[in-house]
Amino acid sequence: MTIKHIEEYRDPDTSRKIIDRIQNISKSKIRIMEVCGTHTMSIFRSGIRALLPNTISLLSGPGCPVCVTAQNEIDAFIELSRVDDVIIATFGDILRVPGTQSTLQKEKGYGGDIRVVYSTFDALDIARRNPGKRIVFLGVGFETTAPTIAASIISANEMGLDNFFVFSAHKLVPPALEALLETDNVRIDGFILPGHVSVIIGTKAYTPLFEKYKIPGAVAGFEPIDILQAVSLLIEQIESGHPRLENAYIRAVTFDGNKKAQKIMHDVFETVDINWRGMGTIPKSGLKIRKGYAAFDAQREFDILVPYSKDPKGCACGEILTGMKIPPECILYKKICTPMDPVGPCMVSSEGTCAAYYRYHS
Amino acid sequence: MCLAIPSKIVKIENNMGTIDVAGARRKVSLLLLEDAIVGDYVIVHAGFALHKIDESAANEALKILREAVSRVEGRD
Amino acid sequence: MKTNKILLDHGSGGKISHSLITDIMLPIFDNPILSQLNDGAIFDVEGKRLAFSTDTYVVDPIFFPGGNIGDLAINGTVNDIAMCGATPLYLSVGLVIEEGFSLDDLEEILKSMSIAAEKACVKVVTGDTKVVPTGVADKIFINTSGIGLIPESVDIASHKARPGDKIILSGSIGDHGITVLTQREGMTFDSSVISDSAPLNHMVNGMLCVCNEIHVLRDPTRGGVGTALNEIANKSNAGIRIYEEKIPVKDEVAGICELLGFDPLYIANEGKLLAFVDPDRAGDVLAAVKDDEFGKDACIIGEVISEHPRKVFMQTRIGGTRIVDMLTGEQLPRIC
Repeated sequence: MTIKHIEEYRDPDTSRKIIDRIQNISKSKIRIMEVCGTHTMSIFRSGIRALLPNTISLLSGPGCPVCVTAQNEIDAFIELSRVDDVIIATFGDILRVPGTQSTLQKEKGYGGDIRVVYSTFDALDIARRNPGKRIVFLGVGFETTAPTIAASIISANEMGLDNFFVFSAHKLVPPALEALLETDNVRIDGFILPGHVSVIIGTKAYTPLFEKYKIPGAVAGFEPIDILQAVSLLIEQIESGHPRLENAYIRAVTFDGNKKAQKIMHDVFETVDINWRGMGTIPKSGLKIRKGYAAFDAQREFDILVPYSKDPKGCACGEILTGMKIPPECILYKKICTPMDPVGPCMVSSEGTCAAYYRYHS
Repeated sequence: MCLAIPSKIVKIENNMGTIDVAGARRKVSLLLLEDAIVGDYVIVHAGFALHKIDESAANEALKILREAVSRVEGRD
Repeated sequence: MKTNKILLDHGSGGKISHSLITDIMLPIFDNPILSQLNDGAIFDVEGKRLAFSTDTYVVDPIFFPGGNIGDLAINGTVNDIAMCGATPLYLSVGLVIEEGFSLDDLEEILKSMSIAAEKACVKVVTGDTKVVPTGVADKIFINTSGIGLIPESVDIASHKARPGDKIILSGSIGDHGITVLTQREGMTFDSSVISDSAPLNHMVNGMLCVCNEIHVLRDPTRGGVGTALNEIANKSNAGIRIYEEKIPVKDEVAGICELLGFDPLYIANEGKLLAFVDPDRAGDVLAAVKDDEFGKDACIIGEVISEHPRKVFMQTRIGGTRIVDMLTGEQLPRIC
């Protein structure tokens, strides 16, 4: 493949040299957590784990938005899909996630009008073409996705659409990192920080966290060389005892981030405390639609009351998301819980740690 | 999460740009960018351009990385 | 979470389709020919070995760059028969048409079927047409079945892969699946990718002329190359190793896959084959594939290994190793 700004970062020769360097400098046993599902996927797909010395453990954190969406939110999505005049528009990731009783994919099979889109603008198109229906976009994602959804709400407002709604289940990364570091029994020596979340929020968003915890961090891109370089930088920091907040994704990430996207996100959303699957409620880690745009808030438009639902019995997704367990340590893994018949969200999303382990790990 | 890949802007109309990824083209919204011109490489996520790649910074960073790893090899 | 209804996943060609076939269908129709689960059934009639196959086409959209549902239906069954090592001879065509369907479109589809049949040197010798009320079917569905004759010395089946065998892939992967996908609502891309829908029987004939000891042939349609290799590894009780850098993927297909979060290894092909061949003969067979008009980009992508039976491994471009699992259900665009 010859895609510019990708090809260079998949070069076998450079990769090998970085791996050599990692082999040379790695001495003590360290645990590095990636907090982005696309990093998890990329690490597995390029077979990076097998190339690293056994001193390095890579843990997958709460970086897959589908995986951290609370079960009662999934149940609410399913309830909404059963409302007569509703068309659900969603990214594909969420379709197979099991709620307490069902999945959106099953609801689709039972006649629910559920459409997978590539962009929120496609959902606006559906709303325009179906004036007699109410279109609900399922807002699942982190800071990368939230501004695109905010922009679509602003556009819907400008277009005067009265049948477009967003169910905001968005989550924010920095508060989750802090929650992780505050959790007992969690041992993380350094973070590979998410690439495209950081495109929006900039490296400055991690400064307070870094100042408080002095935890080594490196923002990374998604190609093998990006990830290897970040791992190498983190090992250097940890071995030398000089933690830093580094940017290993210079072509895409700046200190300030994308200010215009931040403003649009801020104009439409305000922060709220929100429940993360497996992690409980994290203060100011969610996004709720502001009063000014309340007309587009699905939670206001629809009276969907879903009781707090418990995570499935035996499912260790919570411990896996916080790095306390790896998938083979879960009693359900590969026995009851498989990609064909997933129990917990980490097995459903292709970016989920369990699914990645199942698919790519021997 | 957050799939996004570098794509080249080949056309701009109003707030929509046409991007090209190895020959495949699609319209994306430029609402989240301050300034973008035809020929820029942008990072696209879910139908929106999120960031304009600074080519010189990208090339410089790659050069530094390559030099750094070559030095390691030279020393060994 | 079990379901008591059929979902689209059941038709994806991946694991969920497999469990429908093996858990529900096979026990009902169980017989030694069916249970081999090859692309086509292979059996003897009066001393001749025949291959018999059927396939139903419901592609949406029905017209797409590089073909339409008609030539796809001809090529698909021709290829299923060819993958048994047989020379396809006669085909049947069954049409289910939705009331209100355009006669011009029907004519165009039938004409392309005729051209495709001619190209593949097969004859459509019987057929059936049904019309159903609006909404009961989506525009048009086509079933084709066909039979072919297997030359005496040929013995091809998906359980015959042997350690050491080289794996030949006849060209770039994912072209058909990406072409069709990018025509759908909400997923549209402008691209010059066209479906690779093509008859492969002449290619197979050319391969068998240079070497009649091809062990396995498979056209990686639904579920893609990744799923096809897993099926072969399972049935042959052998391990498979492939090399990421050897697998041809067109730039545009790779780009669209990157944007949508798809793995080209699981995208459908309609004019490609995988061949498992003795290492000593692989060069000759590869040359024969490349001689065919649809095999110009053919290459060897890996080999069968004795370790890790029933698993498919891929050596990645940076030198790592990962498992290539079978597709589970439909690939969904991964965005958030």
